[in-house]
Amino acid sequence: MMRVVIGALVALAVIGGLMLLGVGIPAAAQDTMPPAPYAYNQLDDPQLEAEATALMQTLRCLKCQSQSIADSDAPMAGDMRHQVRSRIAAGESPDAIRAWLVARYGDYVSYTPTVSATTWPLFAGPALLIAIVAAVLVRRLGKRRAGSGERP
Amino acid sequence: MRSSVWLWVPLALFAFFAGLAAYMLTQEKDQFVESTMIGQPLPDFALKPAFADLPGAGRGDFVGGGPRLLNIWASWCLPCIAEAPQLEALQDAGAEIVGIAIRDRPEDVAAFLARHGNPYVRIGADDISEVQLAIGSSGVPETFVIDAEGVIRYQHIGDIRADDVPMLLDQLEKAR
Repeated sequence: MMRVVIGALVALAVIGGLMLLGVGIPAAAQDTMPPAPYAYNQLDDPQLEAEATALMQTLRCLKCQSQSIADSDAPMAGDMRHQVRSRIAAGESPDAIRAWLVARYGDYVSYTPTVSATTWPLFAGPALLIAIVAAVLVRRLGKRRAGSGERP
Repeated sequence: MRSSVWLWVPLALFAFFAGLAAYMLTQEKDQFVESTMIGQPLPDFALKPAFADLPGAGRGDFVGGGPRLLNIWASWCLPCIAEAPQLEALQDAGAEIVGIAIRDRPEDVAAFLARHGNPYVRIGADDISEVQLAIGSSGVPETFVIDAEGVIRYQHIGDIRADDVPMLLDQLEKAR
């Protein structure tokens, strides 16, 4: 019994050691450069920082496509935050910065939905559905009222 | 009779959307974010040399002469090792390759080139991915074809495989 426990402990230690060594392998595919100046540093002006944060929360990280650049620790997301903050600090409007990125990566980079040639059904669909439901309701209610009116 | 047919419409719609969702779930997701800068002029930039032996790179280096390849890479990028022989093959076939090293250190660049060969005529150091973002590149490695007017003509995403070499030479010829 004692032997089994010791054996299990040794096995755990060996696996743990291998995992520690193994961590170095995927980490080698990351750069070792320091982050861009404004990747993790906020702007001094709280008003401008708030503008930058609001924009960063609606821009998609290109490396980790389900995160915004505000949420991601990918080096490229840090470099994108640097672009956003330094452009805001230089007086560019958030809309202009979004447009700059969309001109390079397409609508995909922006989480804020826009009406375009491919997305208009998303906006028109619900409006059309509501219109149909309203038409059906008006007809049925109208019928019922007319029906009840005939009764004495 | 007519109303009973209409009763099936919601179920049919539901079945259609469920079927569509099931079909889309089996389709492979396209992870690549393509640059929308194809056909646009290369933005203005000037990068310092990525290491001592080669000059840096700027927009001016792409204007005049023939079409060139712009290779976005890094010494820390594993697929870049895989594409190194293909870059040499492209160089041997006469392609002029300008490199941009993303978030890289001079000593790491030198060690990578000593180990895997140097197909570049110049390499700019992009320490904060600014040129990468300016041309709509979303990762390493990527290779762009730039014509002699400095206009971006083609983007290849990912490492260059052996069968991509003739295709890229073809794209260079088209950009002439």
